[in-house]
Amino acid sequence: MFKKSVNKGMEKVKLFATWSSPFVKRIIWALKLKNIEHEIIYEDLANKSPELLKYNPIHKKVPVLVHNEIPICESLVILEYIDETWKDAPRPLLPKDPLDKANQRFWAKFSDDQVLPSFYGYIMKQGNEKEEAKETTLAHLKRVEQLLSEKKFLSGESVGFLDLVFGWLAENSRPLEVVTGLKLFDEDSFPNLCAWRDKFLEVPAIKESWPDQETLIAKYQEINLSKGK
Amino acid sequence: MPAIEDSGVVVLGWWVSMFTTRVRIALAEKGISYEYIEEDIPNKSPLLLKHNPIYKKVPVLIHKGKPICESLIIVQYIHETWKEGYPLLPSDPFLKSQAAFWADYIDKHIYQVVKLTWDSKGEEMQKRVEEFLGYLKVLERELGEKPYFNGESFGFVDMALICYYSHIIGFGKIGNFSVEKDTPKLFAWATQCMKRESVSMTLADPNKIYELLIEIRKKNGLED
Repeated sequence: MFKKSVNKGMEKVKLFATWSSPFVKRIIWALKLKNIEHEIIYEDLANKSPELLKYNPIHKKVPVLVHNEIPICESLVILEYIDETWKDAPRPLLPKDPLDKANQRFWAKFSDDQVLPSFYGYIMKQGNEKEEAKETTLAHLKRVEQLLSEKKFLSGESVGFLDLVFGWLAENSRPLEVVTGLKLFDEDSFPNLCAWRDKFLEVPAIKESWPDQETLIAKYQEINLSKGK
Repeated sequence: MPAIEDSGVVVLGWWVSMFTTRVRIALAEKGISYEYIEEDIPNKSPLLLKHNPIYKKVPVLIHKGKPICESLIIVQYIHETWKEGYPLLPSDPFLKSQAAFWADYIDKHIYQVVKLTWDSKGEEMQKRVEEFLGYLKVLERELGEKPYFNGESFGFVDMALICYYSHIIGFGKIGNFSVEKDTPKLFAWATQCMKRESVSMTLADPNKIYELLIEIRKKNGLED
């Protein structure tokens, strides 16, 4: 359906996004880290644009990266595509060594298949389910805490693929704490994780992307209010 | 004496696991020799628990003592480590991203529905079958007129799907559908894939898979 054409010179990059999707934000950060000029199109998921449906007919979801009219879907796939296509950009996101790469891919899947669902389960569920989700999430976070022992970032010395993948946790944990009153982890029990969160949020490409922490708090409060809580 | 897992390549697997099959197909395509250790699921060996402490699942590839888990990640690792021989993935970033997308689609949709043969019957089962055929038809459209998902040659997405084939046949017997009749293009594609030694030597016997599925269904009170 979409055939790739070699288009030297004029690289056109569009990203279909929503402000709240953890899967979108990691792509924005990657594009910024790689200094790739791009246009962001914010979608209203209740009213998806014909363009989004054309570029992602299978899942009809964000993010979709469109590079010279060619769509790439699924955030982990997009991250690797960006890393391989813009090889000469400042720094690679993934390591060169196949074993290190495999490990980062493994933990990326762990983030998306295990940590993210249980974390948001904890935030959204009630009663026993909330308690169970809390215990599960804490167990998962202990593994992430371990990964950070003797490492500045999840990807090593500098921010990379795995930090971007887990970035949803760094970005959303404090705003959600403020809005819901639910504090899952603190500096005493998770010193590495908290230190990583602070370092990650200070990386210029991360710090400068919208929405920032204050805006996130305001937006989460809006949602809470509109639900009549 | 050095432990088995420190030398060369070891695969911890289970004959029922389509993900184990996937890894073994990849290794066979590359001509890589390895030690295969059949796990006695559910009695998981200490070796498995040591090398996959997070999920405690097969397959695990152990290379020079280091474990790699998750079948698609293992196949990518094999592709990146043994650069000579049969290419398991395209080198072009866009084609690679397409391959990754479709492999992800297959594991999202084909796996969960195949798993549902274990616990549904009657009307519920019919709904599952319809949903499943829907996914197969999406894959058929993606295949189009190409001999393989990868184009002219067998590749990543082909490996990702063909490993489910014995289960799909078993599911067809239980759910009363036929790959040959309902998705003839996929049937032709599968027949083509099975001519490859890497596939024919490692794909589980569909009759044995079917017998196992029936056994599980009987245990769950779904069969008389």
